Amino acid sequence: MVAAIAFASVSRHYGAGNKVIKAVDDVSIQIEEGEFFSMLGPSGSGKTTCLRLIAGFEQPTHGSIKIFGTDATNTPPYERAVNTVFQDYALFPHMNVLENVAYGLVVKGIAKNECIGRAQEALTLVALGEYGPRKPSELSGGQRQRVALARALVNKPRVLLLDEPLGALDLKLREQMQHELKNLHKQLGITFIYVTHDQTEALSMSDRVAVFNKGRIEQVDSPRNLYRQPKTSFVAEFVGTSNVINSELALQITGKNQAFSIRPEHIFFDNSAKQPDTFAVNGTVLDVQYLGANSKITVDAGQQKIAFVISSAEYNEAELPKIGSNLLARWLKSNMVMLES
Amino acid sequence: MPSAITNTTLRALSNTFYRKNNLFLFLLLTPPLLWFGVVYLGSLFALLWQSFYTFNDFSMTVTNDLTLENYHVLFDSTNLDIILRTLSMAVAVTLACACIGFPIAYYMTRYGSAREKGFFYIAVMLPMWASYIVKTYAWTVILSQQGILYWCFNHLGLTSALQSLLQLPIIGGNTLATSNLGRFVVFTYIWLPFMILPIQASLERVPNNLLQASSDLGAKPAQTFRKVLLPLVFPGVVAGSIFTFSLTLGDYIIPQLIGPSGLYIGTMVYMMQGSIGNMPLAAAFTVVPIVLIFIYLSLAKKAGAFDAL
Repeated sequence: MVAAIAFASVSRHYGAGNKVIKAVDDVSIQIEEGEFFSMLGPSGSGKTTCLRLIAGFEQPTHGSIKIFGTDATNTPPYERAVNTVFQDYALFPHMNVLENVAYGLVVKGIAKNECIGRAQEALTLVALGEYGPRKPSELSGGQRQRVALARALVNKPRVLLLDEPLGALDLKLREQMQHELKNLHKQLGITFIYVTHDQTEALSMSDRVAVFNKGRIEQVDSPRNLYRQPKTSFVAEFVGTSNVINSELALQITGKNQAFSIRPEHIFFDNSAKQPDTFAVNGTVLDVQYLGANSKITVDAGQQKIAFVISSAEYNEAELPKIGSNLLARWLKSNMVMLES
Repeated sequence: MPSAITNTTLRALSNTFYRKNNLFLFLLLTPPLLWFGVVYLGSLFALLWQSFYTFNDFSMTVTNDLTLENYHVLFDSTNLDIILRTLSMAVAVTLACACIGFPIAYYMTRYGSAREKGFFYIAVMLPMWASYIVKTYAWTVILSQQGILYWCFNHLGLTSALQSLLQLPIIGGNTLATSNLGRFVVFTYIWLPFMILPIQASLERVPNNLLQASSDLGAKPAQTFRKVLLPLVFPGVVAGSIFTFSLTLGDYIIPQLIGPSGLYIGTMVYMMQGSIGNMPLAAAFTVVPIVLIFIYLSLAKKAGAFDAL
């Protein structure tokens, strides 16, 4: 099967001379048809630039981009079979909602009746069937988001690009929209490429996630693998929370000079004698935080702090470690993940 | 130190203003509103009122018997000629300013770096620092037969082309300086900044991602321009054209110094008021641009110029 989007060593640099900013630095990815693919990373990591490269708003400095097998490196945005949902919606303020949604059809010269019919259908799809005559300024943020979605979908794109589409919405609405987007993806069966800096959003919605850092991709994997098998310390810390043990401390604990990651929920404390298949590190309790379902314990292990959580269901208040006391933080060898240096 | 007492008084004053916002607004707005109401609108209405006075042709005096005669006279063929002559020049100048001004404003907004923008701002406004009359006189020299333009055409071997251009009816004339073409060039030069700046300001308010969204949805650049950019910038174009249109309608210096004989509304008012003393007819003539601008604005509104505001 031909990949929906294929990047071959794509770079996007800004500026010249010794002031070059490498927004995207030698990125190669294959995004399959029908996939829900997320690009996750902190701001300035290059994920949005990658999306803009796919949409055609930016041209790569090096490398080539293929859309469904056809080279699209220099194709202008209006000739690409992809549509974008913009971060701040970018609805046309001088058109009403229906005109906004019909725009993509109108500019292709489709007959007026069909434009209106299909735009109305798309609005109904996002549950805004009756909002056609309103102006975008009369809608709430969530409604504008849906209009932007309908405006992109009405063109029946083979790839839908979403640039932090839920960033401006409050938590409740965001969760609801996440759910709806996921359903929409199932229903339409087209490729979704979703840019976000919110790791829970990326993990909960995606088939695969690419983690960006400083213009490069650190890891592309399924959400489960990304969480369970992070390859680098950046991924381990950015996707979920993790204790990344640097190589010096690792040498003391495991005898191997290689950094590793251990998730807080995999650490337990128990001061009994040696257990098979575990590692342990001795530390002083710095802080005990009650978080409801869990308690978070922070331990000073000499060179580094280690945090872990213990379930409130298993330990009552009296059984929690005391601040200042010593304990052995222990974990199963199978739960730790060795990291690339 | 004047401090303690002054400080307490000042603080009491600011606190009062802060609590009584209406009092503050009243004090803030009274001087400008007085100026606007009395000096500005007052004189305008005084002028309009005088357009209904009677001018006695024999005694050359004005009496305050009210009459519609002055407006009736406006529709005499000679006066109608003056109005049409001025109106067509104003339309031509406005169109030219919009066509020349838009690309400059577009470049300034979309492509100019901060330095380039500063350069363009100064370049656009620099001519406004010089006196308008000086500039107009300078143009009489530039356009004259011994002037630099003729010299350029001569050296480019285009003298005959220029001559045949000046042979054309309406825009032509004996020389550039006495042709309607020359007058048009000077008008366009003088009013261009008033078109560029409002267009630039309204372009500045169109976010880039709207243009990207349009192109993303499949609109070719020309469609994006027509369906997204132009409707959003149109209020700015209209604002600029109000300047160029009304300034041309009211001007009385350029028609006197450059171009063929034949009165403009401005020169007519100048003559009626200055040399003949027929204040009522002069006043009636000043109503013409006001009415024309009203018609223009209502047409613009119908065309949806203000929908995007």
